[in-house]
Amino acid sequence: MSFINYASREINCKIVYYGPGLCGKTTNLQYVYQKTAPEAKGKMISLATETERTLFFDFLPLALGEIRGFKTRFHLYTVPGQVFYDASRKLILKGVDGVVFVADSQEERMDANVESLDNLRINLNEQGYDLDKLPYVVQYNKRDLPTAVTVDELRRELNPTGVPEFEACATTGEGVFETLKAVAKLILIDLKKGR
Amino acid sequence: MADPQLVMYDEEFKQIQAVIEKLLREANSKVIFLVDKNGQLIAGVGEVERFDTTSLASLTAGNIAATGGLAKLIGEKEFSILFHEGEKDNLHISIVGGRVILVVLFDNRSSLGLVRLRVKKASDELTTIFVKLMEKAEERERSGDTDFPFAEITDDDIDNLFR
Repeated sequence: MSFINYASREINCKIVYYGPGLCGKTTNLQYVYQKTAPEAKGKMISLATETERTLFFDFLPLALGEIRGFKTRFHLYTVPGQVFYDASRKLILKGVDGVVFVADSQEERMDANVESLDNLRINLNEQGYDLDKLPYVVQYNKRDLPTAVTVDELRRELNPTGVPEFEACATTGEGVFETLKAVAKLILIDLKKGR
Repeated sequence: MADPQLVMYDEEFKQIQAVIEKLLREANSKVIFLVDKNGQLIAGVGEVERFDTTSLASLTAGNIAATGGLAKLIGEKEFSILFHEGEKDNLHISIVGGRVILVVLFDNRSSLGLVRLRVKKASDELTTIFVKLMEKAEERERSGDTDFPFAEITDDDIDNLFR
């Protein structure tokens, strides 16, 4: 849940990037980090293995600016995508305000996408959240690869509820900020009507 | 939802600040942080400018979450105190009132025993303040008197953030 601090006039929100292993969650955060002005970002932390697979999480704090005199901060987290790190994924979802599901567009990763999305729903339910009630967007990543399936097909499998969706290529940055803006906006709208 | 929203007001913030400042002196420590279990920094005193406080808060919360997971695996509710010993500096991390994390950084000018003793006393005071804070937030929400800054934001306000 977001943290509203009237003493320092700040509001903090938590965004989690979820998705199967190697779908590009960390790459999303790295691109945001590279392209953000130094004064608007903190240090990016990656708790990764020696082979640069996410072990626990990546963390990137962003300060977007002020709304009505309140500093608006977003804390971006990724989860480890590999199936056997499920216990860690559950922990990172605690206190989440918005979710980005990063799907791997390659045909051979379709099953992994579906499994990860099911896992997201289950883990959110365990924490008392409902994905359909959370600010939530889907990103179809790796659109540049020749083995990418059509967006129609991805949508049918991964976005039956029709939440905002974005095509992306996280390595070049295409679609990365569009995705982040969309989820941040949904969170702020949610905060506005939730009170 | 899993946890109620954490809200901080000026009055309680000053009380919290006073308690941890006293703890800083009495425990002979270098820095003290209070962190929400979700990884948001609530307050800090001492040599805070020497540290990347945002990262520290997020990693502390991750640490508490991971050891909490371990505790559940062996049938414990949680591990309420963690201690990390370094060559020069040490970290004493404890859970206060089930919801916030108190982090005390100290070196050889203090000792684990002293820190534990002082933390125990300060924890009770902090718990009282946080209980009051939660009650106040709930009461304000019920009465509709939230002066919530986001209630009247417009789409333009949101779009402006991303210019």
